[in-house]
Amino acid sequence: MIKAILLDGKDNVATCTGAVKIGDVIQIIGGGEIVCAEDIPIWHKVALRPIGKGDKIFKYGEIIGEALADIAAGGRVSHENIFSVPRDYASEMI
Amino acid sequence: MNFWGYKRAEGRAGIRNHVLILPTCACGSETARIVASQVRGAVNIIFNTGCSDVAANTALSQKILTGFALNPNVFGAVIIGLGCETVPHAKLRDKIQSLTGKPVVSFGIQEEGGTLKTIAKAVRAARDLAAEAALQQKELCDISELLMGIECGGSDATSGIASNPAVGELSDKLIDLGASTLMSESIEWIGGEHVLARRAATPELHNKIIQICADYEAHLKAAGQDCRAGQPTPGNKDGGLSTIDEKSLGCIRKGGMRPIVEVLNQAERPTKRGAIVMDTAGYDISSVTSMVAAGCNAIIFTTGRGTPTGNAIVPVLKVTANAQTYSWMEDNIDADLSGIIAGDLTIADAGDLLLSKILDVCNGRLTKAEAYGFSDIVVDHVCRFV
Repeated sequence: MIKAILLDGKDNVATCTGAVKIGDVIQIIGGGEIVCAEDIPIWHKVALRPIGKGDKIFKYGEIIGEALADIAAGGRVSHENIFSVPRDYASEMI
Repeated sequence: MNFWGYKRAEGRAGIRNHVLILPTCACGSETARIVASQVRGAVNIIFNTGCSDVAANTALSQKILTGFALNPNVFGAVIIGLGCETVPHAKLRDKIQSLTGKPVVSFGIQEEGGTLKTIAKAVRAARDLAAEAALQQKELCDISELLMGIECGGSDATSGIASNPAVGELSDKLIDLGASTLMSESIEWIGGEHVLARRAATPELHNKIIQICADYEAHLKAAGQDCRAGQPTPGNKDGGLSTIDEKSLGCIRKGGMRPIVEVLNQAERPTKRGAIVMDTAGYDISSVTSMVAAGCNAIIFTTGRGTPTGNAIVPVLKVTANAQTYSWMEDNIDADLSGIIAGDLTIADAGDLLLSKILDVCNGRLTKAEAYGFSDIVVDHVCRFV
C-alpha cells in the first residue's frame, strides 16, 4: 500500500510517497487511510477531507494556498487547483 | 571539534588552497580559463558582466569579485582585465590588497598586447603562486572557523519534508559546536517569512526579514512580474510543490531552529557568528555565488529533482531524500537521505550523518561536483545593461 506523509495535525493534505490510481487505498503516516478519488503522481498531495472552493490548504500546519475549486476527499491537490494568496507584510511587523 | 585547514592571516581558515584566476569582466573570462587550465592548483571563474553596467550592478559585481578573492579557500589571485571595463584590474587589485595580505597580481589584455602575451605572463604568475600555495601546511582549526552556506535547488516535495529538515538539524548541531551557517534565497522565504522571522534574535532582525520579502515582491512587480508567476518553477510543480508558500515553508526548514543573529544584504560578509541569513535570489547558482562572496568555506545543497552544480572556490556537497533521484543521478549527488522518507533514518541521525560528511569535506574530501571541476557562477543584477 502506498503511504502518504501527514506533517501536522492541522493539515488537510498529505504527500504521497508513490504514484496512486483512482480507487487505491493510501495509508496516511500520522493516522488513518483514505481512498484515492483520482490518479495522483508521486510526491503530489492528496486531500484528506473535502475541501471547498475558497478554503485554505494547510501543510506544515501553515497555509500554503487557497482552493480554486471544490476538491473531494482523496482528490489531488496541485498547482492546478490551489493558488497562493498575497501576503499582508505590514501586519507581520512587530 | 576540529578540522585540518589552511590558516589565513585575517578571517576564517580555508578548507582549500586555490590560486584563483579572476577576470574583471566578460572579456577577460576566456583568457582566465586558459591560464587556469595551464596551472595545477589554479581555478577560474567565468564572469558575465563587469562592463556597460548601471552603478547598482557594478557595486554588486565588485562586491562579488572582491569577495571571491577574499574567500578563505583562496590562497592568492591572478586578476585578468581587459583595459576598458568599468573597474580596471589595477583598481580591483588595490581594493583587494587593502583588505587582505594575500598575494594578488593583475594584468590587462590591452596593455599586454593581446591574449597570448597576457596568458604567458599570467601563467608564470599563477605557476609561482601555485608553487608557493603547495608549501602551505594544513593546521588543526576549530570548527568555529567554518561558515557553511545552505542552499537548495531543483526542489520537490521530498526537499521540505526530509532533506531540508536534515540540513536544518546539521545547522543546529554546527551552531551548538561554535560554527556559523548562512541561509539565503529570500524569495523562497515568501509565504514562510512569518515562520522564519520568529527565529530572529531581535525585533529589528524580525522586521528586516519581513521587509526583505516585501521589497522583493515590489521589485519584481516594478518589472511587471508577479513573484507567484515564476515560483514555483515548472520542475517544482512536477515535483509536487504547488505554490510559493509551500515551497518556502519547506525551504526555510534547511536553516534549522537556532536564533538568527544577523540578516545580510547580498554578498555581504558576516560580522556575527551563529545562524545568519542573506537576501539573495532563489536562483540557486546566483545564491551560491553570493554566499561564496560572503566568505562561506563550504556549501551544503539539497535537491529533489537532481542538479550537477558546483563552485570553483567552495566545495558544494549535494544531498537528496528522493530515492529515485539518487539512484538515477548518483554521479552528481554526494549523500542519499531517502531513508528519512522510507522511515528507517531519523532526522537526528541524518543530521549526524551530514555532520560527518561535511567534516570530511572540510578535511579535504572532494565532493562530486568538485572532482569534475565544475565552476558555476551567476551574478545577480538589478537592471538592464547600458
